[in-house]
Amino acid sequence: MNEHVETPPVAIEDLPLLRASGLTRFYGDRIGCRDISLSLWPGEVLAIVGESGSGKTTLLNCLASRLVPTAGCVEYRMRDGTVRDLFRMSEAERRVLMRTDWGFVHQNPIDGLRMSVSAGANVGERLMAVGARHYGKIRGEAEHWLERVEIATDRIDDDPRAFSGGMRQRLQIARNLVTNPRLVFMDEPTGGLDVSVQARLLDLIRQLVADLGLAVVLVTHDLAVARLLSHRMMVMKGGVIIEQGLTDRILDDPREPYTQLLVSSILQV
Amino acid sequence: MNETAAIDAKDAAPVYNFAYLDEQTKRMIRRALLKAVAIPGYQVPFASREMPMPYGWGTGGVQVTASVLGPDDVLKVIDQGADDTTNAVAIRGFFEKTARVATTTVTEEATVIQTRHRIPETRLGANQILVYQVPIPEPLRYLEPREVETRKMHGLAEYGLMHVKLYEDIAKHGHIAATYAYPVNVNGRYVMDPSPIPKFDNPKMDDCEALQLFGAGREKRIYAIPPHTSVVSLDFEDHPFKVQEFSEPCALCGSRGVYLDEVILDDRGGRMFVCSDTDYCERHRPEDGTAPVAVWEEER
Ligand SMILES: Nc1ncnc2c1ncn2[C@@H]1O[C@H](COP(=O)(O)OP(=O)(O)OP(=O)(O)O)[C@@H](O)[C@H]1O
Ligand SMILES: [Mg+2]
Repeated sequence: MNEHVETPPVAIEDLPLLRASGLTRFYGDRIGCRDISLSLWPGEVLAIVGESGSGKTTLLNCLASRLVPTAGCVEYRMRDGTVRDLFRMSEAERRVLMRTDWGFVHQNPIDGLRMSVSAGANVGERLMAVGARHYGKIRGEAEHWLERVEIATDRIDDDPRAFSGGMRQRLQIARNLVTNPRLVFMDEPTGGLDVSVQARLLDLIRQLVADLGLAVVLVTHDLAVARLLSHRMMVMKGGVIIEQGLTDRILDDPREPYTQLLVSSILQV
Repeated sequence: MNETAAIDAKDAAPVYNFAYLDEQTKRMIRRALLKAVAIPGYQVPFASREMPMPYGWGTGGVQVTASVLGPDDVLKVIDQGADDTTNAVAIRGFFEKTARVATTTVTEEATVIQTRHRIPETRLGANQILVYQVPIPEPLRYLEPREVETRKMHGLAEYGLMHVKLYEDIAKHGHIAATYAYPVNVNGRYVMDPSPIPKFDNPKMDDCEALQLFGAGREKRIYAIPPHTSVVSLDFEDHPFKVQEFSEPCALCGSRGVYLDEVILDDRGGRMFVCSDTDYCERHRPEDGTAPVAVWEEER
């Protein structure tokens, strides 16, 4: 089932939130991704799918300015409406953007959490980073977000080391959402989890994305994940985009032979 | 007098340059000190030298002291507030020998005071320099082990992590449990580790008339608080910074509002609380030699 596509959120605003053009990244002679242009609208979930090594993570990291592209540019529409070229912003501005208006969910929660401090501190960190100085309020917010990601609030003082994989991933999501970002990047957010845990997490992500009206760039090699979460899809192969369109259209009617192969091999259920 | 300390023939010791370090090295350290004074709270890297004492014994402080000391200075050295502990005696002896400077235990008489873990109780004046020995200069190290990242955080004044640490304290203990090396913001800009002094001493750093210099030998960093600089201890609105309070006065001199050490008297739980600043304590004893209050606490 995919309710989202029947009521595309594209009409929310007519300007894209994020726009990339000619984005290219080489690793020496090897292509990471090449000549990629895309636009992402507020509230839209864009899935980037493709086989291992096709350049998904490279593209995501370039979009999120965690990796400097060899060529091309990425523009972002700030909260005040101005459109900024990410790689012309100062590092200070970019870092503020990353911890306020953006989120980044790593495949491995260890890369996105502070494992040595409590769940509450993990969630509260961004608030403190933007100047929150009232312990009671920070803790209240942390409790609220733990609830939203279905972590019992009596675990607030536990380290993430004491959490299961699924809980860690939910904590990572809570930690990102506490500043009400408009855009969240996710790299295989359900990657390392077993199937039942995965299903629950996907459900939660879908709920949060819809409730909060988040724009998401979601990297996955799993078409089932893309089908469940995304409005639009891009298929990558060898560092380039070979097909793109509404998720339902691509899954129902894949045009490229490679996409047809992917769809037939993975969606046999 | 020229700057080479004469050595008695009977010592048969090598001729030291004044205050042990060669002039080039002192110049290098003074340049780092000038930069540190110009950017209060900022950690300036310097080429720390091998000193004839192990790390952890104040090699950073000793190098700073050696670089600011002149022949007319009067030096005081304290360790945990006391002039007579091994470390303090050794460093004082070191400068008596290598610089032939006068030394004192009286805070007011000193022009340079090297300290480990305390600020004297006696208010410091404009003619004085306080040199701190620093083991770990980086206040962000606890949560961020990467040096490249901590430098960036200082550069961009991204100090949210300091409050994460304080948050953890409150979550675990119900209050901010840090009692020493309590982080401060200097001049509204850099967050700084005041070295392992008790937080009791933090307010003394604020708007202090004396120049405060910090040397970390092993970590090769120097930082400073120029006179009359604002120094604010980090806290939360609903958990404001508070210094330790002692319910009893010093058992030897009767002073209140000073930092006290617990002294164990016997193996039956007998103990008393006395000034950690030995100079202050000795000069505040009653004339007749009687201890004003004997605070004995028997543990049942
Ligand atoms: N740091 C790097 N140094 C050199 N080559 C790299 C580096 N990172 C990625 N590559 C190469 O760039 C190409 C794209 O890699 P990328 O990690 O973006 O793929 P991916 O689609 O995310 O794969 P996966 O599904 O396995 O995560 C691959 O050929 C990869 O070997
Ligand atoms: Mg990848």
